Amino acid sequence: MIHTAPPSISQSETVPQATPPTPPRKPARRNLSWLGLVPFLGFALLFLILPVFYLVNGAFQTPDGRYSFETMLSLSAPEIAGSYGLSLRLSFASAAMGTVFGLILGYALLLGGLPSWVRRAFMTFSGVASNFAGVPLAFAFIATLGRLGLVTLVLRDVLGINIYAAGFSLFSFWGLTLTYLYFQLPLMVLMITPALEGLRPEWREAAESLGASRMQYVARVALPLLAPSVLGCFLLLFANAFGTLATIYALTSANYPVVPIVLFQQIRGNVLYNPNLGYALAVGMILIMGLSNTLYFILRRRAERWQK
Amino acid sequence: MSFLTLKNITKSFGPNTVVRDFDLNVASGEFVSFLGPSGCGKTTVLRMIAGFETPSSGSIHVGGMDVTALPASRRKIGMVFQAYALFPNMSVRDNVAFGLKIAGMPRAEIDTRVAEMLDLISLGSLADRYPYQMSGGQQQRVALARALAPRPNLLLLDEPLSALDAQIRTSLRDDIRRIQQELGITTVFVTHDQEEALSISDRVVVMHKGRADQIGTPAQIYNRPTTRFVADFVGKLNTFEARVESPQSIFFAGQNIHDPRHTDLTPGAPITVALRPEALSLRPRPGDDLSLPGRVLHSTFLGSVIRAQIDVAGQQVSVDMFNRADATLPVAGDMAEVWFTRGDVLVLPSVM
Amino acid sequence: MSRRFPLLSTLIALAGAAFFIVPLIATFNFSLRMKRGELSFEAYRSVFDSDVFLGVLGFSATASLMAILMGVLIVVPTAYWVRLRVPRARPVIEFLSLMPLIIPPVVLVFGYVRLYGSSSILPLTMTEAGTNVLLVIGYVVLSVPYMYRAVDNGMAAIDIATLTEAAESLGASRLRTIVFVIFPNIRSAIVSGAFLTFSISLGEFVITSLLNRPAFGPYLVQMGQDFAYQPAALAIMAFAFTWICMVLMEAFATRKPGQRLLQWRAPRSVTKAKS
Repeated sequence: MIHTAPPSISQSETVPQATPPTPPRKPARRNLSWLGLVPFLGFALLFLILPVFYLVNGAFQTPDGRYSFETMLSLSAPEIAGSYGLSLRLSFASAAMGTVFGLILGYALLLGGLPSWVRRAFMTFSGVASNFAGVPLAFAFIATLGRLGLVTLVLRDVLGINIYAAGFSLFSFWGLTLTYLYFQLPLMVLMITPALEGLRPEWREAAESLGASRMQYVARVALPLLAPSVLGCFLLLFANAFGTLATIYALTSANYPVVPIVLFQQIRGNVLYNPNLGYALAVGMILIMGLSNTLYFILRRRAERWQK
Repeated sequence: MSFLTLKNITKSFGPNTVVRDFDLNVASGEFVSFLGPSGCGKTTVLRMIAGFETPSSGSIHVGGMDVTALPASRRKIGMVFQAYALFPNMSVRDNVAFGLKIAGMPRAEIDTRVAEMLDLISLGSLADRYPYQMSGGQQQRVALARALAPRPNLLLLDEPLSALDAQIRTSLRDDIRRIQQELGITTVFVTHDQEEALSISDRVVVMHKGRADQIGTPAQIYNRPTTRFVADFVGKLNTFEARVESPQSIFFAGQNIHDPRHTDLTPGAPITVALRPEALSLRPRPGDDLSLPGRVLHSTFLGSVIRAQIDVAGQQVSVDMFNRADATLPVAGDMAEVWFTRGDVLVLPSVM
Repeated sequence: MSRRFPLLSTLIALAGAAFFIVPLIATFNFSLRMKRGELSFEAYRSVFDSDVFLGVLGFSATASLMAILMGVLIVVPTAYWVRLRVPRARPVIEFLSLMPLIIPPVVLVFGYVRLYGSSSILPLTMTEAGTNVLLVIGYVVLSVPYMYRAVDNGMAAIDIATLTEAAESLGASRLRTIVFVIFPNIRSAIVSGAFLTFSISLGEFVITSLLNRPAFGPYLVQMGQDFAYQPAALAIMAFAFTWICMVLMEAFATRKPGQRLLQWRAPRSVTKAKS
């Protein structure tokens, strides 16, 4: 979804302290206002920070309680590394396709001269579709592109194209990518809309009056201006896909070993035969999600600087 | 010989006609302003000259060539927008160089031209800044340099000063005029601010409801408005209902005023006459030969000017006088004489 | 400008619309085919006839409502307090409120299971009630990013600090200010956040399944494994449910205080002026 007020990650260093580092002559009353935040901070500590800390702590221990990098390093074992590779590729493919197609669709809707009711209809639908993830989405795609899905059958019986005989499967990499695209594409449309609306008509007119063609305007002005936003949206879509579990679980009955599925199975029953490896798996996920979100915030900052 | 010619331009958006029967000839090197309230069509005319809008009928010629159907990118015009419209992803240098790069100018020449342009607007030191690092006034200077860099045939300015603070507005206004005269470039300037239009232009076009109400020099526009709208819109006016007594005299505010200039008036016809507040005074000045008796309602100290409201024969009249160190404010309730010369009396056309 | 028909844009929009709509049509059509040889709502009927369906739906709805209540109680006072008294804490609070977007639910629940499991000081997962509480807490955490932003945007729109000062200068107590001035002005924002929370938590699968709760998400997965047509019917219903939640969320988010929710009704002042 769209972040309206991005905190930069570095600001997390200013964690509230019992005594603020301001001159000591401040009236003591002022410190008490921090108390109003105790419920929220307590909640976040208990149900956000401590659980994560517990996992991070475990990820740097061996099963017998010794601190070491051994567990984290065991992520490079072939099957774990394979899971990460699969997750990264799936997230990358669905995010890249979502970004490109979403940008094209958004551009057509907002700047392509279409009537405004078309834009409104797409925006409303995108709001719904971007939240329509999880198990029901999997059902919808099974009914559409599964072995007996309606589109599969129509293509086979009416047009004579048997997509399954041609090597397609909804439960394969590209089938999953296509399913993800159903929420990635509308999410991209929603997120890129402010940036597209931020392209002021005067810029195009100024470029035109200076002799630039439509293509020269797009290449030299519009795309460079959109680049940080587009890249930022890509990273957010990437993180979005990376954390997705329910859709893939319902589609493949948990038989597609992306990282969230492996972790899910590990929590269900210890399939890795090493509880600490589960912690490492989780920490790896947090690192990837954190990295892409951090980069997203940085790029967003940059994009906002231009919007003024 | 006219450099820019607009012939019989009409522009409609759907059922709304925003510009009608607009004719204008601008000489080479001339500075012409379009002045009018918002919605009068002035910006639409400018955008048609630029090529962002196509006239519904009529033609536009620049330098003898018909450009009516030419796209904006091939008209060789320089445009400056109200909201600067600098490309935010480019430095000042790159913004100014943009049109030159598009035109395929060799790199060395671009560098020379950009330096020359930045010199012209005295911002050479900020060449590597980005738009968001500059003030509005600086951005608008850069926008001017960017528009002028490719040596356009025409410079079009769409309310370029409206977004700026009062002080910057005046100084940039003077800069624009100076640069325009230095380069001798034909310029069309759109504004809703009469002071701007009067101070900067060779000629002013006052627009009203899509038409050119009056075209003339600033002095003509201000001193001899030919329509009621121009008289009301440009400057402040005291108007009086009056009657023509004889071909050379008019009766208003209880007096007969003999004025040999108005020889074409039909005796007995009701007319409107007007007096600018600054043409009036509460004490006789050399040349003042007429006066109206009245009573001071109140007075306001405005710094350089003292403005008094005088009740003259039941009508409120504004009088502006220059302030002086020894001046005292007229006291409310006092009797007063309002002095003026007969040459200052404007006779307004009875139709709009 | 160019008054030509926007051919390329139209083609792009049509392609996009096809991608969005074809799966819905296919799913809907599929959901009607339970009875051989005819189209019927049999799949829907069979879903609604099942006691399990109503049971899990009831459980999930209750848990979601509890999550909304708890989320509002935690988020609203915090957002108010941050704006009013400790603006310096804003970056920290905002970062924490966005953190759930970075921590995947599966990681979060992994932490819960370990931290609040059998050997914990606070062994929530050892009792039925404790696990339910943890489930609700999980839903709250998932919804905090959206709830906080909705409420904070609502407060930004009405300049909460000035409003509070105005109320206090007129002699209102802090409590009175909150109840009679602040709350009515941000009610729409809260409701908007609530609908989003509801749509997120009602069908939530990961946390629910790993805490072994008899809720809607795991039920859906089970249905998908056992039946062919009912899942399609459930998908259509889920889509309709999401749509309703989003429309209501949008409507409340853009509503101004005092404005009626339904636009086609004339505003009160106009009706009054006419009568």
